[in-house]
Amino acid sequence: MLDDALFAIDLPDLAATERFAARLAGCLRPGDVVALEGPLGAGKSALARAAIRRLAGAEIEVPSPTFTIVQTYETPAGEVWHVDLYRLGDPAETDELGLDEAFEHAICLVEWPGILGSMLPRDALTIRLEAGDTGESRRAILNGGGDWRARLGDFDPAA
Amino acid sequence: MIVLGLESSCDETAAAIVRDASAPGERILADLVLSQLDDHAPYGGVVPEIAARAHLDHLDRLVAGALDRAGLTLAQVDAIAVTAGPGLIGGLLVGLNMAQGLARGAGKPLIAVNHLEGHALTARLVADVDFPFLLLLVSGGHCQLVAVEGLGRYRRLGTTIDDAVGEAFDKVAKLLGLSYPGGPAVERAAASGDATRFPLPRPMIGRPGCDFSFSGLKTAVRQLVDRLGRDRDDQATADIAASFQDTVARVLADRVGHALDWFAAHHPGGRHLVVAGGVAANRAIGRRLEALTAARGISTILPPRQLCTDNAAMIAWAGLERARAGLIDPGPAAARARWPLDPGAEPKPYAGVKA
Repeated sequence: MLDDALFAIDLPDLAATERFAARLAGCLRPGDVVALEGPLGAGKSALARAAIRRLAGAEIEVPSPTFTIVQTYETPAGEVWHVDLYRLGDPAETDELGLDEAFEHAICLVEWPGILGSMLPRDALTIRLEAGDTGESRRAILNGGGDWRARLGDFDPAA
Repeated sequence: MIVLGLESSCDETAAAIVRDASAPGERILADLVLSQLDDHAPYGGVVPEIAARAHLDHLDRLVAGALDRAGLTLAQVDAIAVTAGPGLIGGLLVGLNMAQGLARGAGKPLIAVNHLEGHALTARLVADVDFPFLLLLVSGGHCQLVAVEGLGRYRRLGTTIDDAVGEAFDKVAKLLGLSYPGGPAVERAAASGDATRFPLPRPMIGRPGCDFSFSGLKTAVRQLVDRLGRDRDDQATADIAASFQDTVARVLADRVGHALDWFAAHHPGGRHLVVAGGVAANRAIGRRLEALTAARGISTILPPRQLCTDNAAMIAWAGLERARAGLIDPGPAAARARWPLDPGAEPKPYAGVKA
């Protein structure tokens, strides 16, 4: 939705993506849902991994959640759900993953959120990762309603 | 001893019966895997059924079918083994509940099995492989090198810091427009490809240690596919598949080489490299590993394909090994989404590895 467009940020390399993710993690609190969009290899898991490490406050292992669909982490900032819906074929399958409950009480980072449709909370923050000009560069486009604009205000490179 | 095994930790629903016959070929009495049954078409699309309901719908008749195939009644089984983790909690609970019900009803002991231990011990089901051995576990969800020092004694030497290797095969297949599952599709395409036409980065090669990284390789394939765009004909697809497969084989061989160095120093009597998990079925990878180990006087054990992918025979066998050794956890069996083989393993930081 046009109303929800926040801003875009250029990430020239993986280190920049990881710095952005760590900074974003500092703003997250239980009940936040971050939807990570972008094609295969766009860097969704790398971004989530860096955010989870920041939330955990340690260099913990953050394996790809593609196979297990959900990986959960207990962190000082609260429970974190790292979700990957890439392999799901039927939205009904999200029911028994307990996602709706997690959306209420946990910090949720959701890769391949498309299958959720209207089940994605309206106040979710959506980050779309696109390829940049060089191999490692990316552009992150942020969208979100609720109070995201206020919370992320000082992220805006144009502000 | 005869053990019934149940597996429902992830995509597969399976039931099997094994016994401790002295000849490996006589150990499996029944081995049923849902996706391989004639009346249940294999996944048509990209997505397996992960729902607990799917396991629930089929596990009953798979158990009945396994008993029927083996010509046994439940009363003739000595113990019931079930995967208790790691995996998706819904599926694990379905298997555990059914196994508990069967065990209680028939007055049999219940053995909670680690799915990864099932993969680790498969080589001892199909061949006479003594401890210690080196295990390369390569599947859709796992990529680990483990020194198997005895039953229940595992030392993780390396793991992936991002994607599992089977996941990389599946996603590269998707990028190339090949079918699912990606492993066999990439292998078929690679057969007519030139692995040298599109050189790809070789993640981790040249670094010390035994860890893996495949995320950057996946991204490199995506960028190559994007760059070729509509110029990518079938031959180019085959060439990319061949280059990807060759790169994976080289990376695995490099990491296994380091693990073999460690293994030779710590277990000079060890004679085997065991490859388990679905990726073990890839012949190009198998050949490269066989060449590597042969040069060092080590035998590579590649279990048959149906025992490399998820199955219940390996769960029944792991339960049998544990029952035989008196190594059954006496506490109530609980489902564990996470259950590392080596709980003491050092965490592997993701250091922003460039492929």
